[in-house]
Amino acid sequence: MTKTFFATTALIGALACSAQAETIGISIPAATHGWAGALNYHAERTVERLQEVYPEHSFVLTTTPDSATQVSDLEDMVATRGIDALVVLPFESEPLTGPIQRIAESGTWVTVVDRGLAVEGIETLYVAGDNDSFGRTAGEYFAGALEDGGKVVVMRGIPSTVDNERVEGFEAAIDGSGLEVLAMDHGNWNRDTAFTLMQDWLSRFPEIDAVWAADDDMAVGALAAIEQAGRTDEMIVVGGAGMKEMVDRIRNGDETVPVNVTYPPAMISTAIEMTAVGVTGAAPMSGEFIIASELITPENADDFYFEDSPY
Amino acid sequence: MTMATASKTNSQGAGRKINLQVIGPVVALIALILIGMALNSNFLSYANITNVLARSAFIGIIAVGMTFVITAGGLDLSVGSMAAFVAGLMILTMNTLTESMGVTLPVILLGVALALAAGLIAGIINGVLITRVGIEAFIVTLGTMGIYRSLITWLADGGTLSLGFEMRELYRPVYYGGIAGISWPIIAFAVVAIIGEIVMRHTAFGRHCAAIGSNERVARYSSIAVLKVRLATYALLGLLVGFAVVMYVPRLGSASASTGLLWELEAIAAVIIGGTLLKGGFGRVWGTVVGVLILSLIGNILNLTDFVSPYLNGAIQGAVIILAVVMQRKSASDR
Repeated sequence: MTKTFFATTALIGALACSAQAETIGISIPAATHGWAGALNYHAERTVERLQEVYPEHSFVLTTTPDSATQVSDLEDMVATRGIDALVVLPFESEPLTGPIQRIAESGTWVTVVDRGLAVEGIETLYVAGDNDSFGRTAGEYFAGALEDGGKVVVMRGIPSTVDNERVEGFEAAIDGSGLEVLAMDHGNWNRDTAFTLMQDWLSRFPEIDAVWAADDDMAVGALAAIEQAGRTDEMIVVGGAGMKEMVDRIRNGDETVPVNVTYPPAMISTAIEMTAVGVTGAAPMSGEFIIASELITPENADDFYFEDSPY
Repeated sequence: MTMATASKTNSQGAGRKINLQVIGPVVALIALILIGMALNSNFLSYANITNVLARSAFIGIIAVGMTFVITAGGLDLSVGSMAAFVAGLMILTMNTLTESMGVTLPVILLGVALALAAGLIAGIINGVLITRVGIEAFIVTLGTMGIYRSLITWLADGGTLSLGFEMRELYRPVYYGGIAGISWPIIAFAVVAIIGEIVMRHTAFGRHCAAIGSNERVARYSSIAVLKVRLATYALLGLLVGFAVVMYVPRLGSASASTGLLWELEAIAAVIIGGTLLKGGFGRVWGTVVGVLILSLIGNILNLTDFVSPYLNGAIQGAVIILAVVMQRKSASDR
């Protein structure tokens, strides 16, 4: 609640529109945490790139701190910029479904990214990560890498559909593997909360073999607590989303951080690029495009390391 | 005004009844410790106690400053955002200095000096807007809260600012190290609390804060420099925010847009649980310390057990906060 009082609305658009030009509006959440920061980074980079490829098109990029602002942003885009296509990562599904549906009904191309709408069939194109696969990939690694009876603690994110899907995928993957989940609690995708939670778990459990932190920010906090307790050699920590510090540790063969699971913020680039191709009619682009989570290992870590990304 | 006057006479006059009010938060704290002991045998272990006290230090140091602001009838909502912003500035500066000065002690000292100065300046800005421009404290600090939160997000480019690895290793002992088994953040918190208690009880500044919070007009007629004292409370709080950041940065060596989220509310809650009146006129620094410990212990105990669903952690915290205040206000309603 504290961070949403000021809307930062960045507008990056072309100055003039020629007759054949299409205007593509992009609306994404503001950079309030690491993953969203990377989302913004990739969105801006893609818009810059496409501006050169399609000089006749214009792109309008807005970032919003909450659902209400996002609705206003969408209304402004339609009213003042006359967008022909919309790429939107809804802040929340329910409140945004109605406004996006009205835009779609007016004949505008709509690409929905990552967070699905409450009503099916509104969008022309759906690009998303796979939360179930995100949890499942981590779970499958645990089931394979840990011995029977291995003790695991699970750090969840902010209570939400995303978090539930990930944890369900994880639980399904370790089901029947003989692993024991000692505790599960919400670290809220936050370093400080994760640090505190891990400290308390270390006091509570004399034996922990693995930590699934479900997000790299939480993994950073958990690792600091484990290091403080001097128990680094006892357990492995698997985060997720591919933060560059974590990828760096993996490619350097760190034994505490053996692998990571992707949930690429660059999916916004996929969505914008596909939309640009779609509206120009160059190739059919409607339907669903689901980006599966991949396991980052020391062997392939170089492919997932982006030097300039803030995340 | 009449209410403020009444509370003043109460806090001075109802000598015997105050005991109940004083004991309330302490009883809550002892009850929590007993519950913790009953639920987990590791609760009283050295490691757990150190963890809880050390993690209380940030909010605790800030809450001591907040006690003065609230006692003088003010409020500061910006401290959490301010802490994040100062932490970001400190990290950026130290990273820049490392390039020219290397991984050396002077870089840390300069970083610490910058954090204290930045906190002090931020506090003075709040204070000047409130006292000289005459805007309500709630509005001013609501505004600066948003400004600092946006600035840290912007500084970090939406991501996380991290201290260079070698510098982090050098600075790390400030949080993790200590003397005679007591870690530095605990020592820092204790020193700030003891000085705060002395200043509140035994100096003209402390009495002036209470007088202003109790009845500003009477305080002015008593030739107290009301505006100066008010300004000083915000400046002091800013300085303490800077000090808290000095202890915070070595812990994880990073700052992001989610750093210090809701710290302002935790600090305010701790102050009120401790027996300071939200409307001003009476402040108790040691009570604030008890309040901070109560808040930390609730989280700690919930993490140490499967007592309730994690979804309900917030509800338990809320209930304990209200209960702790009910215990002390019972006496207040009698008087």
